[in-house]
Amino acid sequence: MTARGTAVLVGAYEHPERIIPVGSVAGVVADVVHGALADAGLGIERVDGFFYAGVHQGVNLVTMADYLGLGPLSYYDSTDTGGASPVSQVGHAATAIAAGRCSVALVAMGGRARSEKRGASGGPVPQDGFEGVYGLTQPAAYALAAQRHMYEFGTTGAQLAEVRVAAAHHAQFNPHALYRDPVTVAQVLDSPLISDPLHRLDCCVTTDGGGAVLVVSEEVARELPRRGVRVLGHGEAVKTPGAGRIDLTYTAAAVSGPRAFEEARISVADIDMASLYDSFTITVLLTLEDLGFCDKGKGGRFVEDGALLAPHGALPFNTDGGGLCNNHPDRRGGMIRLIEAVRQLRSEAAPEVQVPDCEFALVQGQGHALGTRSAAATLILGREDVR
Amino acid sequence: MSLPTPEPPQDPTAAAYWRGAARGEFRVARCSHCGAHVWFPRSHCPQCTSPDLELVPVSGEGVVYSFTVNRRPAGVYKDAGAVVIAYVELAEGLRVLTNLVDVEPERVRVGQPVRAVYDAGLLRFAPREVAD
Repeated sequence: MTARGTAVLVGAYEHPERIIPVGSVAGVVADVVHGALADAGLGIERVDGFFYAGVHQGVNLVTMADYLGLGPLSYYDSTDTGGASPVSQVGHAATAIAAGRCSVALVAMGGRARSEKRGASGGPVPQDGFEGVYGLTQPAAYALAAQRHMYEFGTTGAQLAEVRVAAAHHAQFNPHALYRDPVTVAQVLDSPLISDPLHRLDCCVTTDGGGAVLVVSEEVARELPRRGVRVLGHGEAVKTPGAGRIDLTYTAAAVSGPRAFEEARISVADIDMASLYDSFTITVLLTLEDLGFCDKGKGGRFVEDGALLAPHGALPFNTDGGGLCNNHPDRRGGMIRLIEAVRQLRSEAAPEVQVPDCEFALVQGQGHALGTRSAAATLILGREDVR
Repeated sequence: MSLPTPEPPQDPTAAAYWRGAARGEFRVARCSHCGAHVWFPRSHCPQCTSPDLELVPVSGEGVVYSFTVNRRPAGVYKDAGAVVIAYVELAEGLRVLTNLVDVEPERVRVGQPVRAVYDAGLLRFAPREVAD
């Protein structure tokens, strides 16, 4: 079964705050859910599908359904693939809607990772004695991928820095962004090394907050006053180290991307803007290559000369400032990438970065760590009038 | 400065590996059914699903596949200074995550020859001299 075009994103809401010193995870999620419902023009009683990973800060799907007053629900999904979760969940929602299992799907996430210092939850995992024991942090895991990319393809720190420069340029026009100052390549390279070769400005922000979207059937969408966005294609994939055979030069986007393009029946050249997961600058470079925006190894060259700048670069990306400058709530960026793509397709992005005649957008989520095991999800979205 | 040697959390399905590691023996899992080498040790072969995995000795020689110098280490490494974390590709082809020890962080390079050393039961690697 294909979900192409049968599901419509009709509401989207990003929490306006980046630091929430007083509050709770459930309260933050409730705020974004009500924001998305208001944006869509839907009452909460219409929600019959709920998509929420939840586990990251302990508030699980059933607890959250209770807190929000949802129920009885005909479909739910707590897929948890880290930062990729909401991007996968929108694809799952579209499939569930196409199958008639629900008609109003609420996809939500949120957290207070910046203000609530709490470690990752969960018990022991099999790799503990073989990975974590060496002091592998999240930046270090991505740095391993960056180092190998430099070795194999000659990628430079200055090329990685171009990704941050483009994100920072866009963040100037987002009043809610955590960091709004433009930066230069030299400033990125002069920022302290965190884990070689990654500098502080190669790393995304950590924020409080979250976001929610509503995915509905065409029948429901027709009742609503707001312009919607069509879900045209979805793909997802997991990439593991293969029991000692890790290849750090590609990500699972190399699998999830082609699946999404096949379902959407469009090609890379049709994409007008991209919302790419940017936990680190290297994440973007690898993703551009894996999705086919450039050849493998050529990501560094691709991002030079302003290719990522909106509105007129070859591939305007992360026009809200991305996870690098705007927002990466609960250490998970997928939802915020999704919401900016919806803004672009509704022509509601900041005027300075709105891509003219934006018909097709690609959203890429990545979860867990490119240096070990990770999950990728690709969504291709279309303006409401495309078929 | 030597690195901390945290007690490795031991998954029960890798218990035999850890008994060898405590004696300084570097062994990897090999599937008795399909012959695949498997790192890290586990209950079933991820290639053919056989539960018959045996531990076989390896030379411990390899080269650096990738590395990073973690300048913001956390947890037990918090005060360890710059920690070198690497993937080492063993002569047998497996790529294993590890720390490099007895090395200047600024002098590590991809392709550098290294040799396994056990540090209080923890697998790490140190530079090895090779004849030209």
